[in-house]
Amino acid sequence: MFGKLSLSDIPFHDPIVMGAIGSSTIGAVVILGLMTYYKKWGYLWTEWLTTVDHKKIGIMYIILAGVMLLRGFADAVMMRAQQAIAAGGNEGYLTAHHFDQVFGAHGTIMIIFVAMPFIIGLMNIIIPLQIGARDVAFPVMNSVSFFLTVAGAGLMMISLGVGEFSNTGWTGLAPLFEKEFNPGVGVDYWAWAFQLSGMGTLLGGINFVVTILKMRAPGMSLMKMPLFTWTSLTSSVLIIFSFPVITGALTLLTLDRYLGMHFFTNDMGGNMMMWNNLFWMWGHPEVYIVILPAFGIFSEVVSTFSSKRLFAYKSLVWATAVIMILSFTVWLHHFFTMGNTVNVNVFFGITTMLIAIPTGVKVYDWLFTMYRGRIRFTSPMYWMLGFLTAFVIGGMTGVLMAIPGADYVVHNSVFLVAHYHNMLIPGALFGYFAGFSYWFPKMFGFKLDEKWGKRAFWGWMIGFLVAFMPLYAVGFMGMPRRAAHYDDLSWQPYMITAAIGTAIVGLGIACQVIQLVVSFRKREELEDATGDAWDGRTLEWATASPPPEYNFAVVPVVGDLDAFWEMKEQGTAFRHYPVYADIHMPKNQPYGVIIGGLALGLGFAMIWYIWWLAIASLIGIIATIIISGSNDNDGYLIPASEVKRIEDLRFDRMAQAKKEKEEEVEKLSKEEVYEYSDKNN
Amino acid sequence: MSNHTHKGAVEGSHSSVKSYLVGFVLAVVFTLISFACIALEQVPRKVAFIGLSIAALMQMLVHLRYFLHLDTSREQRWNVVFIAFTGVLVFIFVGGTIWVMMTLNSRMM
Repeated sequence: MFGKLSLSDIPFHDPIVMGAIGSSTIGAVVILGLMTYYKKWGYLWTEWLTTVDHKKIGIMYIILAGVMLLRGFADAVMMRAQQAIAAGGNEGYLTAHHFDQVFGAHGTIMIIFVAMPFIIGLMNIIIPLQIGARDVAFPVMNSVSFFLTVAGAGLMMISLGVGEFSNTGWTGLAPLFEKEFNPGVGVDYWAWAFQLSGMGTLLGGINFVVTILKMRAPGMSLMKMPLFTWTSLTSSVLIIFSFPVITGALTLLTLDRYLGMHFFTNDMGGNMMMWNNLFWMWGHPEVYIVILPAFGIFSEVVSTFSSKRLFAYKSLVWATAVIMILSFTVWLHHFFTMGNTVNVNVFFGITTMLIAIPTGVKVYDWLFTMYRGRIRFTSPMYWMLGFLTAFVIGGMTGVLMAIPGADYVVHNSVFLVAHYHNMLIPGALFGYFAGFSYWFPKMFGFKLDEKWGKRAFWGWMIGFLVAFMPLYAVGFMGMPRRAAHYDDLSWQPYMITAAIGTAIVGLGIACQVIQLVVSFRKREELEDATGDAWDGRTLEWATASPPPEYNFAVVPVVGDLDAFWEMKEQGTAFRHYPVYADIHMPKNQPYGVIIGGLALGLGFAMIWYIWWLAIASLIGIIATIIISGSNDNDGYLIPASEVKRIEDLRFDRMAQAKKEKEEEVEKLSKEEVYEYSDKNN
Repeated sequence: MSNHTHKGAVEGSHSSVKSYLVGFVLAVVFTLISFACIALEQVPRKVAFIGLSIAALMQMLVHLRYFLHLDTSREQRWNVVFIAFTGVLVFIFVGGTIWVMMTLNSRMM
């Protein structure tokens, strides 16, 4: 009935695991209880779970990323704490087997369930707005993408309390992950969580490419697309071409583990290096999938807050495109030490170094955009500047490791750990944070509190440096990555420093949580009625904040790269039309959440060999796809009168906010006059 | 926004019976060639291998041209770009893998 699953698979004897389960269960029960108490289930279903509105799906993506970031950070804290104490005679507080699961879970979560949903969430919210579209090309598929990712994240969370997680790292380790060496469910959890979310991401990539290529506002030629749209396009292309590789590789691994085949085994004709080959054929483009859109965010932020056009826009576009293509040609640098010929290693070493050229072009373009600009030091700009400084260091260590001989020295040491965290934390994560605070007023209609935002930045920036700079040093001293315990006591001071750095990052995260609470409480004070919170340059700022369901009452016509800036200069921005037309929008559909739920069931059933449930879920998924496909979803019309009502309301609000501001300015200037006269009397 | 995609689909599928028939006949011919390469025992292995590869490649082109209506017209431009890029990447992935794995193998023997 329940396959391999029995009560003994829940680790009641382990206080650490049970503590984690206990706190997350209590959290879940409190949320569910509150939802029932305030009768919000209907609201949740109609407004969120079944929605096909790209903005709401994007917000749900970001919430998922935020929750998983906390989980991944908890894993990081556990690892840093273990490595700070487990030296010499001290075994630390985690068993080696538990530690192995923690680093695998940390990597899988941070890449697949934090970076990916965060950036796809931002892409969802912003791209249709930036190109003047009313939704993405395939709204229902968008919902399916999201819930497949949720299903994967659900498996990750379940693995915490039911059974175990993979002990072979987030990259998988052939042939250790084969059934022979790993008979438990850990590797299966990893593979199915990965597989489900990967399928969701692939659908999302297709969606964005079609949206960007087919649904741009009239006048927006490719070379007038904002840079975030450009980088999202290249990132989506990378998704389309690289995710099938990991889907295939994981399928082969699944065949190995379930049907006794021998693709990645060491004997019977299997080839374990083939796993590394296939994994990194996806894995390297994946790095650029998460980092290129962040480059796009930095470009938008630096241009807006320097109040200048982007410097050398065309070179940024070309650099992005070159990185996209080169990223497919470097995968072997992840396993230089496989023992291949000099020619092979030199080829991949050179292609790797080549990527530094377009990336350097970008860095200079951002610097020159700031040059002689009127820079406003807002929190998105803080993230941008922090990124620029830290990322260049990470880039240089990357070029260092691109030399195969040097790579042999530091391969699989914590030097490598420091390098890729140095790329992904400033490069990707700071970018998402910049984008989050930059576009937050667009999502919710009020800005985030700047003071707490800047504190969060300093927590992250200082914490990151303190946590990872020691790892460079101790990596040179020879410390291997993924060590649950080490004997060399001279490494310990560095690991203790790194643990302190993690605590400082924790302060940064705490500031971010406080920032959200403080901003929500001060939302009236921080309100932005114009829809143009930062004196923006691109189309997303032309509509209201938060945008109405249809995004644009009248589809804008684009004449320039900084389309909205041009409108403001010509006085055509914020145009209030006397008459509007009916707007055709897609209807809410439950297919996404149904398919996601069934996929979760399928994954769980496959992991625990519950065959009846697996078959039932699979049939359910296929049936849902057929039903949704044969449903002529014609959407519905928003009548012109309703559009007019919403737009009138927006312009009334805008006028009122303007009046209030003028009154305030007047009052302030009067007070000044009084003060002045007081002094003189 | 669905009306965009609908319009594109109607314009794209200039479905004449003739082109489908031509495509069908060509597809059958290349299928027969592939089977012949294997079934006829007097064909040398090397010739059979090359013949199969060419027939498979032609089969793909026939499908793209006659069933997926890929041509050089303006509406099809993006599809052609993507197919071409796929070709480049398949070359990099498959060619790269063969190169890497073969040289590795030669050092392991």
